[in-house]
Amino acid sequence: MVCESCGDHEAVIHLTEIKNNQMSMTHLCEKCAAAKGVEAGAGPPNLPLTDFLAQMGDISEPSPPGEATCAFCGLTFAQFRETGRLGCPHCYASFEDHLRGLLRRIHGGTQHVGKVYLPLDPTASERAQRLEGLRRRLQRAVDSEDFERAADIRDLIRSLEPT
Amino acid sequence: MEDLTAVPDSGLGWLEASGDHADMVLSTRVRLARNLQGYAFGPRARIDDREAVLRQVRAAQERVAPLSGCTVVNLPALESRSRRILLERRLISRELLGGNGSGPADGIAVVLSGHEPWSVMVNEEDHLRLQSLLAGLRLSEAWNLVDRLDEDLGQQLPYAFHHEFGFLTSCPTNVGTGVRASVLMHLPGLVLTKEIGKVLQGISQVGLTVRGLYGEGSEVVGNFFQVSNQTTLGKSEEDLIDQLDRIVRQVLEYETRARQVLLRDARAVTEDKIWRAYGLLRYARTLSFEELMNLLSGVRLGVSLKLLPEVRVYTLNKLMIFTQPAHLEQAAGRDLPPQESDAHRAAYVRRVLATEGTVDADEFPDDRAGDKHTG
Repeated sequence: MVCESCGDHEAVIHLTEIKNNQMSMTHLCEKCAAAKGVEAGAGPPNLPLTDFLAQMGDISEPSPPGEATCAFCGLTFAQFRETGRLGCPHCYASFEDHLRGLLRRIHGGTQHVGKVYLPLDPTASERAQRLEGLRRRLQRAVDSEDFERAADIRDLIRSLEPT
Repeated sequence: MEDLTAVPDSGLGWLEASGDHADMVLSTRVRLARNLQGYAFGPRARIDDREAVLRQVRAAQERVAPLSGCTVVNLPALESRSRRILLERRLISRELLGGNGSGPADGIAVVLSGHEPWSVMVNEEDHLRLQSLLAGLRLSEAWNLVDRLDEDLGQQLPYAFHHEFGFLTSCPTNVGTGVRASVLMHLPGLVLTKEIGKVLQGISQVGLTVRGLYGEGSEVVGNFFQVSNQTTLGKSEEDLIDQLDRIVRQVLEYETRARQVLLRDARAVTEDKIWRAYGLLRYARTLSFEELMNLLSGVRLGVSLKLLPEVRVYTLNKLMIFTQPAHLEQAAGRDLPPQESDAHRAAYVRRVLATEGTVDADEFPDDRAGDKHTG
């Protein structure tokens, strides 16, 4: 394949770009790619989680994870690094600082913005957060003209609002 | 021993080949990972934890309307072949079979709904894995199904939820929404035109991931690619699903274009490949599962391009499922060593294709020409 920019050299770099959620591909030779500031091999790492975790030792952490242990299930951070699996819901609190860096690298952030769970015995603020989440979802369902969904969410909202 | 006769449609509704792009998209799946407060996650759970989780699910069954009338299948109590059948029907994961021949641990179960296309795995890597499985490309429908079930279950079960990290999961790659949406696509056009590498590279650059037929760790067979979201935290469920939907539709467009190129530039070779695949399936005496999948890929392409009009997509879907080892053993009523399995597979395929509207002589204009020459 010939470079789409100069038309002279063999295209060795196949660039995939996402603009406005549209994927397009450009085929460039090394020289034209460099001129456009494109580097081969760029992009997010696509490693299995355990390799990812093994690399964590090389990246500076808030404090050396060492032998941090979850008081509820007894999992040590070293064990987590070996298996890539946490032991129980409490591990998230036990290893919070170390996990935050990891989650940022895996997901690009740490703040959940999806569904808000309403605990079986909710506090006033949990109830308010849940309502806010539901209203956001309702708006989205209406915007995408999914009226059946919107009706469902409206029912959930009604069940939470004081009568 | 429990058996599967209690499940009305046997969990095979997703084979029906309905839905958008059913010739190119085999199925859409959305799964949600959920855990209960107070118990260790699957890999570290002790028998008490697992049994307590299962007890809570059984108790919720009475209070959650969609769960009434469902079957809770206790996997350790199920015979090994039936467990493998559930795996081959994609209703449970490989993990639920248990490793090293020891079988599933006590407390491991699957809730099967006979009337709705969803199931719930209990005590997998996460306490609950809710999944919906539909034919064709139907991401928002699959999401709505599993979301409704989750809302109902969440009112009865104490989910582990964190104000910052969202729904907590055993593996940090699932935390947040816990949602994994995946679409199983057949992309022979992109493979034959050698464009697939670039498309897969593009997919991985937008935060999606590609796997084989059976999900994580499985190989690509028969040109089937499973594309799913990779990240689960920081975006809403609807955003994750919309993004996957947009990219999948774009990949299908590329696939359609690749098929047009094949028909324009290499029609004779393509037709030959398709008819050879059909011929082998019609008459072969032994077929390994991998060979079958490759041949089915050719035939599926032929059906989609309307070059093999007599075969239905539903038949091709059915052939993929009922020719797997445990299904063949079930039909034979006994265990089958690999060689015998290959013979049974070929016999099953011959039988199904022979009854599926035979392709008559009019479909072979070149053959008739050949007959004239030799006759």
